Amino acid sequence: MPLSRKTASLFQRRSANGHEKVIWASLLSCALISILTTVGIIVVLLGNAVYSPGKSTAFFEEVSVWEFFTDTHWKPAERHSGTELSDSATGKPAGHFGILPLLSGTMMVALVGSMVGVPIGLGAAIYLSEYASPKERDVLKPVLEILAGIPTVVYGFFGLHFITPWILQPVLKHVFGIEIGVFNVTSAGIVVGIMVTPMIASLSEDVLRSVPRSLREAAYALGSTRFDVSMRVVVPAALSGILAAFLLAFSRAIGETMAVTIAGGHKIMLTANPLAEVQTMTAYMVHQSFGDNSASSIQYKSIYAVGLALFSMTLVINIASQWVLRRFREVYQ
Amino acid sequence: MSTSVSEVLPTNSDEVLSVAASVNFISGSSPAMRRRLLFSRVFAWTCRLATYSALGMLVALLASIFISCAGRLSLDFVRSVNSVDPQEAGILAGLWGTFWLISLTGMMAVPLGVGSAVYLEEYAADSFLNRLIKVNLSNLAGVPSIVYGMLGLTVFVRMFDLFEKPLIISVPGLIRIPLPLGDKVLAGAMTMTLVILPIVIIASQEALRAVPSSIRMASLALGATRWQTIRHQVLPAALPGIVTGVILAISRAIGETAPLIMIGALTVARFCPAGIDSPMKLLTQPHRILQAPLDQFTAMPIEIFHWAKQPGDDFRPVAASGIVVLLMVLLLFNGIAVWIRYRASRGVRW
Repeated sequence: MPLSRKTASLFQRRSANGHEKVIWASLLSCALISILTTVGIIVVLLGNAVYSPGKSTAFFEEVSVWEFFTDTHWKPAERHSGTELSDSATGKPAGHFGILPLLSGTMMVALVGSMVGVPIGLGAAIYLSEYASPKERDVLKPVLEILAGIPTVVYGFFGLHFITPWILQPVLKHVFGIEIGVFNVTSAGIVVGIMVTPMIASLSEDVLRSVPRSLREAAYALGSTRFDVSMRVVVPAALSGILAAFLLAFSRAIGETMAVTIAGGHKIMLTANPLAEVQTMTAYMVHQSFGDNSASSIQYKSIYAVGLALFSMTLVINIASQWVLRRFREVYQ
Repeated sequence: MSTSVSEVLPTNSDEVLSVAASVNFISGSSPAMRRRLLFSRVFAWTCRLATYSALGMLVALLASIFISCAGRLSLDFVRSVNSVDPQEAGILAGLWGTFWLISLTGMMAVPLGVGSAVYLEEYAADSFLNRLIKVNLSNLAGVPSIVYGMLGLTVFVRMFDLFEKPLIISVPGLIRIPLPLGDKVLAGAMTMTLVILPIVIIASQEALRAVPSSIRMASLALGATRWQTIRHQVLPAALPGIVTGVILAISRAIGETAPLIMIGALTVARFCPAGIDSPMKLLTQPHRILQAPLDQFTAMPIEIFHWAKQPGDDFRPVAASGIVVLLMVLLLFNGIAVWIRYRASRGVRW
């Protein structure tokens, strides 16, 4: 709780000695590190992807932005020792650098994840806020927190070694007669969905519970059933917070790395088939960093371009989420 | 009739229930009303199902891991380093790598995070800079961790490629600091510090905000300076909350993998940083402690990732065993947090 201006100024005078100033300055410099981090991220990404001030060239100085957004192939040529990579006639690096295949992979995983996480998360939030007894809530909430605290590599293992072989493959084979590979979008999406469920549930439950009780009582007095109260009164009243939670979860799903790298696979292709193997933007970054490409190679720089795209997407969604929260908030006294 | 009353009204608002029951305004006989009630009950069960399916997933997750690790997890698993033979592979190198990584991360993230929180909660006036810091903080918390990995790779590991050839600052017999840092524990810890800093700051801010301002007023009224008030009154009062937040942030760092892979931490390491492979060596060979932060490393989640990615089923039990060890470490940390919260809730001072 910040002190009132009057009290603060009162003892600003008292503390106007060097010692207190040193402490103030060092605490401020701690706080400035977070600003420095943001600046650092932007400088690093732009400096390697868009414009490089040094003698090395940035990614977009070699690959056109047009190609990046419209080419439907992402094929950074494999580096062979001794062979020249760039096409000598045009000076352009060999290979294709269209982000669409990676983007489609990311989006498909995030969409499958939302299809799993949104209904379960919202259902759990409504149940916890409107139906569960306090005792039940005391048990269920920590369980959801455990789900949120499990590292993402563990979810990757779960997707690759449980969901695909024990659920997806048998079900698809016996019910639909479809064979699928060990890596697929669906298993990656399902684990991402499980991962964002607790986040959606706890953020949504907070806003549902903050809807004043008088609204519920008024609805009951008008003869509403509990469904009417939950879905026609409480959820609409908390809609801005719920939408903000969905957006945050979506941004988290886009940035999710380890689970999709383990369960999603390596194949880079533009597809809308949720049973196919795909590589997401994050998985691409991980795979590239395992390769021993030199820092001046276009493959290495492509990580920064993909990273920049990823950072921009999550930033836009996060800002949108904050905007939704502010813009559509219902204020109750 | 009684079932429809309990369906229409929330069971946990007893006073409403009693009033409604005495009025008895519900006509369960009308078919439209019955349909609405049935629908409402189906909805309630759907929500309950959603909640318990989340619980079911946790059970399935843990069960699949424990079943997979059966027969592989033994004491030898935590005593040996990685190997190409699934029967020989162990997690010792990852355990020590994580130990050094997390110790250093804690040493950097805690002072920086708590310091920032104290500044934001206790000092910051409503100026442009401070508003910028606060807005920036909430955005930083949403940045994917892999992006921090790229920051760490460029700034700490490669140091913007400013050094034409590697430079080594060495104090003979004591320490050798390579510049640029390279894929060393220290670079990993600095990166991880940035990853968890927003979490530490936000948790500490909440803990500081929960301290009643009357405590500050009383201290100031007795003539304490601002820093004396914070140091002797506010921080001790907020400590349980801060510690809980810090432990949760550290648990996040223990499981975080992507930034470490981005900075180039080893995937297959058969040695522990500075060769310290048992707690005894920390005591018997203390001169190695300074060298450990500047050695190459791997970490538990990286090894798990490596094993989980191996084709075929040979390494599945190894990965599962690694996950069990990782979850045990996390359980230990979270147990400490719960215990602190419990202790603090009993010893409330006001």
